[in-house]
Amino acid sequence: MPAFPVAAREALADTQLRRNLAHATGTIRAKRAAVVGEVAEWEELRLAGAAIKDNTLRRLDEHLLTLEAALQARGATVHWARDAREACAVVAGIARDHGVDEVVKVKSMATQEIGLNEVLAEHGVTAWETDLAELIVQLGDDLPSHILVPAIHRNRAEIREIFRREMGAAGRPAPDGLTDDPAELAGAARLHLREKFLRAKMAVSGANFAVAESGTLVVVESEGNGRMCLTLPEVLVSVVGIEKVVPTWSDLDVFLQLLPRSSTGERMNPYTSAWSGVTPGDGPQEMHVVLLDNGRTRALADEVGRQALRCIRCSACLNVCPVYERTGGHAYGSVYPGPIGAILNPLLKGVGVDEQTDSLPYASSLCGACFEACPVRIDIPEVLVHLRSQVVDAHRGGAPKPEAVAMKAASWVLSDARRLGLAERGLGVANRALTRFGRRVLPGGRRALSRLPWPGSLWTDARDLPAPPRESFRSWWRKEKR
Amino acid sequence: MTAREEILAAVRGALRDADRTEAAVPRGYRSATAPDVVELFAERVVDYRAGLTRCTTAELPGAIRAALGAARKVLVPEGFPVEIDGTAAAEAGTTAELAAFDAVVTTAALGIATTGTLVLDHGPGQGRRALSLVPDIHVCVLREDRIVPGVPQAVAALDPARPQTWISGPSATSDIELTRVEGVHGPRTLHVIVVAGPPSGRV
Repeated sequence: MPAFPVAAREALADTQLRRNLAHATGTIRAKRAAVVGEVAEWEELRLAGAAIKDNTLRRLDEHLLTLEAALQARGATVHWARDAREACAVVAGIARDHGVDEVVKVKSMATQEIGLNEVLAEHGVTAWETDLAELIVQLGDDLPSHILVPAIHRNRAEIREIFRREMGAAGRPAPDGLTDDPAELAGAARLHLREKFLRAKMAVSGANFAVAESGTLVVVESEGNGRMCLTLPEVLVSVVGIEKVVPTWSDLDVFLQLLPRSSTGERMNPYTSAWSGVTPGDGPQEMHVVLLDNGRTRALADEVGRQALRCIRCSACLNVCPVYERTGGHAYGSVYPGPIGAILNPLLKGVGVDEQTDSLPYASSLCGACFEACPVRIDIPEVLVHLRSQVVDAHRGGAPKPEAVAMKAASWVLSDARRLGLAERGLGVANRALTRFGRRVLPGGRRALSRLPWPGSLWTDARDLPAPPRESFRSWWRKEKR
Repeated sequence: MTAREEILAAVRGALRDADRTEAAVPRGYRSATAPDVVELFAERVVDYRAGLTRCTTAELPGAIRAALGAARKVLVPEGFPVEIDGTAAAEAGTTAELAAFDAVVTTAALGIATTGTLVLDHGPGQGRRALSLVPDIHVCVLREDRIVPGVPQAVAALDPARPQTWISGPSATSDIELTRVEGVHGPRTLHVIVVAGPPSGRV
């Protein structure tokens, strides 16, 4: 994947994408604001959510062992996976042991993160995505662009084309004369997927929460595809990030209030499934849970970044982010886009490893809207700044970057009053020269320069540069004293 | 080292300098109540575009029949407290057999007023989880005194050892331009019957 600024430039040029995104994020922001406004104790719920998650993370080893024991006591098999490769191997192994060549899947960030579908395909197992948006993405051979609504970048006309073109090759074809009415499109997906639900022997899911004390897994969804996968097949494998643990069943009363209102802007999502191991005569009679690290312990070790592991994947931060709204999710080059992706990716992968990951902490205006929206109060701007310093540290040595040279020069000037005075005298000249470059007035009346020649253009391409004052403070002071 | 040992060691290493004392969790939200939980529940159920009937115990059989409409093959799980004419099956063997039913009638463990949610814990009268999922119409009967004000009261009343399905309105998606469409994979029609009457009465 290219670094964020390169990918973002491409996305910004796509006017269809920007229209789709602006409509979608605007709609969901309004819905969320309305239902959050109904809850008088919202701020307290946020504090409770953050406190429960922090308490859990501080004793994560103990809670994981409790979870493991509770799951085993209720008939589930527990697997541990250090990384994506190991987790995929566990799932592929279970598929092989049962001789299945297809699995149905509940939408899950963890299985996307580990690239499970691709690995299963290498083992001759087809993984069918059953969430409508994931189906659109899968049939369109596309990438998800939003945590909650992965096909947010597609409009109804595009979805109709994908269904008509691709459904036949994957199973039941789209009905003749399919229009772009959302109800008809959903109906086509219902028919297409039902045959897969009814014949599937094995399902793969993630989990929104894993209750340590009772060994309960919880999946929150809307369409019923989750319920289909979680109850109809004989074998169920759930891939669960180790940060999904909550200590007790009663802790869910916080998160089942915070999550639906923050994510879809509903008082409650249509379906929530909770199950503790195997229930005789009801649902899958063989259950596996894969506890996944894949960088989470690295994030845990970062004292400032640790709070990112509170994330409940609601995507509220995406929908309020001015950067996300204009670039969309693909520019972030990860299954975790938007503000949370800008911190989660570097925390999980580490900084200084690749240029793309290192570019993400800069994919923000630090406006703070994400922190305001976050139901578990992750201070995303704080972590962004912290990660920027790590990126800078990781790139020390070698040829200095132009900013570093400029900053060093500025520091030399600013550290001495006489030098500063001389520099300021030059300002008048510079100011007259600079006024030639795309002067405009910012809201509030400040003047700004919007287009500098290279190398200044590297800065002003994406930002306005406040114009220097017409006169320096020192010269004004000398004049006024008289 | 096994993956298990290595992950646990990495967790402990990451938390070496962490303060392990538990921070206090504010729990004031648990005392929040709704003024009239039955009214609020009914209003929120309708808001979700589910059907709603309010009736007495005596009126219940008629209300169920009306809610079933034209449905022919109706599944009624074992332990359901009311006899329903013309239906026999209490259980379907295979998933394909289940898919042949038009409708299912169940009770629920409880209802949540502030969210308009039904919670099934799949005890008697509710059937195993698939029963209320595969048929296209779900009629759910809930007694008024089973309605709690909010999510905290529901969580406190439920036993995690039982499988649970929380249902808020019919199956729905908003994946296409965030336009809400009812009915993707679960029942496309949900009809809730709220029964008033003495707490001792069945249902």
